[in-house]
Amino acid sequence: MIYLDLLIGFLKVGCFAFGGAYGAIPLIRDVVLSYGWLSDERLTDMIAVSESTPGPIMVNLATYVGSSQAGFFGALIATLAVVTPSFLIILLLTILLKTAVKNKYVAAVLGGLKPCVIGVVLATGCVMMFRQGGLPLLTESSDYRPLILTAGLALVYFGSRKILKKGLSPIVLILISACAGIAAYGM
Amino acid sequence: MKILLDLFLTFAKIGLFTFGGGYAMISLIENACVERRRWISHEDMMNITVIAESTPGPIAINCATFVGYRQKGLPGALAATFGLILPSFVILYAVSVFLDSFLEIAWITSAFRGIRIAVGILIADAAVNMIRKMKKKPLPCVILLCSFAAMLCVNAFSLRFSSISLMLLAGAVSLTVFLIKNASSGKGGEKP
Repeated sequence: MIYLDLLIGFLKVGCFAFGGAYGAIPLIRDVVLSYGWLSDERLTDMIAVSESTPGPIMVNLATYVGSSQAGFFGALIATLAVVTPSFLIILLLTILLKTAVKNKYVAAVLGGLKPCVIGVVLATGCVMMFRQGGLPLLTESSDYRPLILTAGLALVYFGSRKILKKGLSPIVLILISACAGIAAYGM
Repeated sequence: MKILLDLFLTFAKIGLFTFGGGYAMISLIENACVERRRWISHEDMMNITVIAESTPGPIAINCATFVGYRQKGLPGALAATFGLILPSFVILYAVSVFLDSFLEIAWITSAFRGIRIAVGILIADAAVNMIRKMKKKPLPCVILLCSFAAMLCVNAFSLRFSSISLMLLAGAVSLTVFLIKNASSGKGGEKP
């Protein structure tokens, strides 16, 4: 039952998405790939689209995945599922447990969760960079263009931060990478 | 009723005009709810930002729920939260309807081959920023390295081990270490 899968999948994401949108991406990737809803490439495309459209990235991704799997109601269920946990938790904290976040046991658990999220996000970023940039060179086509694109874009992105002090915004990097993609693979 | 509509519209506007999510939204929410409408105090805003960092879910949703509840209880919280997600929902639903045919256009396919690479860079960069902000104590650093290695293995060998299990494990380890430390400092008697 796709509606139930979407509900449970995105409730899980909503419950464990610590550290904002980027903390949620590995979780969404887990759910989407394990159910086989989208390919890794299409999911990556959608992360870029969610980054370039207004609104919280997590909500954008949930709406898209839900809609692609089960139309309007799929989108509705996935979107509500991803925001419900944080809605309820904030209500609970505001009404009842104003000090729960400062509780030392809660703090101890969070003290383990947060670095774990960072490790997971870092690994996901590296895996995605490798899959898109390095892997094509090692497989059948031995295509060198992805590797050059990766090196070039990383240089532009991190170099601009050194030179301009204030780095490029994600949307600008996405626009540059789109132009680079067109230049490398043609119209 | 007027305040509910006002909450809904204010957050819908924020949802419609912030790109990149998360922290970009905080400053807009602060501007709208603290400076212009005086719905909450600056101190409240600081508190909710800290709480949002320790609770799951989109940070902007956390803020919207909090501001809405402060103004008008549960209906207020619902109005603000729905306001915030409505633009996302409408836009992404529209995108999803025609994206497939859009992606078949040759030059757009090429563009997305470049874009996919940028996404990996952005995610790795987000992690590096989080590391910079983190307090560098031994236990968190060990947990970070272990989860990084574990997640790489999971991906390399396509293991069926979700990142949620990894997070629960890390939380349990951290709690256990805390309890052991607590117990041993308890036995060691009072320190001056």
